[in-house]
Amino acid sequence: MSILEWFADKKAKAIKPKTKKLDIPGNLWVKCVSCSQVIYSKDLEANLKVCPHCQHHFRLTCHERVAITLDENSFEETNSFLSSINSLGFTDAISYDERIKQAKKKTGLNDAVITGTGRIDGFPVAVAIMDFSYMGGSMGSVVGEKITRLIELGTENRLPVIIFSASGGARMQEGILSLMQMAKTSGAVYRHKEQGLLFISVLTDPTTGGTTASFAMLGDINLAEPNALIGFAGPRVIEQTIRQKLPKGFQRSQYLQDHGMVDSIAHRKDLRDHIAAFLEMTRHHRLVPITEETPHE
Amino acid sequence: MNKFHLEFEKPIVELYSKINDLQKLSDEEGNKDLDDDIAKLILKAEKLREKIYSNLEPIQIVQVARHPERPLFLDYIQHCMTDYIELHGDRSYGDDKALIGGFAKLDGEPVMAIGQQRGKNTKDNIYRNFGMPQPEGYRKALRLMKLAEKFKVPIICLVDVQGAYPGLSGEERGVAEAIAKNLEQMMGLKVPVIVVVIGEGGSGGALGIAIGNRVAMLKYSIYSVISPEGCAAILWRDATMSPVAAQNLGITSDRLKSLDIIDDIIDEPVGGAHADPDKVYKKMSAYLKKELKRYADYSPLRLQEDRYQRFRKLGRFSER
Repeated sequence: MSILEWFADKKAKAIKPKTKKLDIPGNLWVKCVSCSQVIYSKDLEANLKVCPHCQHHFRLTCHERVAITLDENSFEETNSFLSSINSLGFTDAISYDERIKQAKKKTGLNDAVITGTGRIDGFPVAVAIMDFSYMGGSMGSVVGEKITRLIELGTENRLPVIIFSASGGARMQEGILSLMQMAKTSGAVYRHKEQGLLFISVLTDPTTGGTTASFAMLGDINLAEPNALIGFAGPRVIEQTIRQKLPKGFQRSQYLQDHGMVDSIAHRKDLRDHIAAFLEMTRHHRLVPITEETPHE
Repeated sequence: MNKFHLEFEKPIVELYSKINDLQKLSDEEGNKDLDDDIAKLILKAEKLREKIYSNLEPIQIVQVARHPERPLFLDYIQHCMTDYIELHGDRSYGDDKALIGGFAKLDGEPVMAIGQQRGKNTKDNIYRNFGMPQPEGYRKALRLMKLAEKFKVPIICLVDVQGAYPGLSGEERGVAEAIAKNLEQMMGLKVPVIVVVIGEGGSGGALGIAIGNRVAMLKYSIYSVISPEGCAAILWRDATMSPVAAQNLGITSDRLKSLDIIDDIIDEPVGGAHADPDKVYKKMSAYLKKELKRYADYSPLRLQEDRYQRFRKLGRFSER
């Protein structure tokens, strides 16, 4: 065992879920995981799932993100039927097939990302939204393929691409195939940018590993939600490598901005306006909302 | 015989120690009667080695890939190429010692050779940061690739890395961005890129120089999204499960070839590259020459398209 893997081992043993999972629909009251204040769950939802006391941004499901980001009824999902298969025959405690089944049941999603076209404040966009609740938002073949197809759709239709990341990184159960998704998605970003088109990457909590080291860091503009965990290696692995306490705020949005990796941090309530402003600054045009016209072929 | 032996090579080593004893006895007594026996035993030992190596478990191949005497990037440069001139620095922060490269000649023609370099001993390993590159390594690699592209020089990347350095400094200077930028920009390179995994192909740290038109592996090298030990620790919460993780992850050259992740396997002698390095250097030279010839008359556009499609098709899923 190499020293790094020993660290990883130590890390794995150290991980203990500290906070109770949030289940808002069932609960009338929610305790903020950051400031421990008790919030009336309807207030939390009305506040875009941001704690009114400490401004902690709770994680959103992809459908919640669609609802607060895109113009009403403008989202048309693409490639929704893509589904993961256990092509390596991977089995740890349970088989990957079983994990897929459980994740689908738990989230009602086919995989960890939804993609499609829609409008943000009138601007037509191609958008991908990752969902951390589906196997930690990990990127396997389906996530890679859907994001690649989405970017290619953006390239073909000359649409700006906006990707909301929330991902623990590559999906181990698909082995090297998930590593290759990093190459595939980054290649699609290359071609999109080559056509003079805009790519905005929105980093939300958390975005780490292979997702950060591919499309998520490649935005013409990289935006982040406040205090999102964004990094390559996990904080515990790093702590054990350097044998020092990590600085406060390490791998959080402000740290990334201070080190030149993020253009701007936007509060969730401002995020949509921020994106619209960047679309306007980069000379995109709002779709005039006339009758039946659809941009789809 | 090599100095360092792997656990599963023990039976061979024991046989050889017996052979040595016999040889000594034979030399001391000037007794020629034992020569036949010795020859037979050597044959038996080599047969045993062949048998063991034809049946290696994935985790044993991991050990061969990390063998301390396995040839490294600079060994291949020295033996397969001539006139190597190292180019230093990323022009913005520093010079990484773990990811290096420079101009060299292969068969008399200029190439840009880039690869990760581990250390040969502890002192060397400290100098090389145990072969774990910092962001400036990836940025230097991209700088050299762009330089090569400008002068229509083909690029050869030899991969041997357990992973990019997972430290504070790497995060501060944006290792994720550095790797991501390489994945993006390598896709657009207008010159041929040939990649060979020569030891360990560890995750993003490997992929960051591995966007090739052609990707090959030495027979006993490995290529993986995560180390078997790391995977075992995370999914099984038990590092002793790494042999099972190695099996599940599918990290060996034959498995990756069958998945179309790599295009070719470069054969290694029984016992691994370190058992007969010259043989491997010859095979490597021949392979690189052959592949450069393949792409010699590709137009820049065709090279880009070829490389894009090579990675575009990777992934397995169902689409009802």
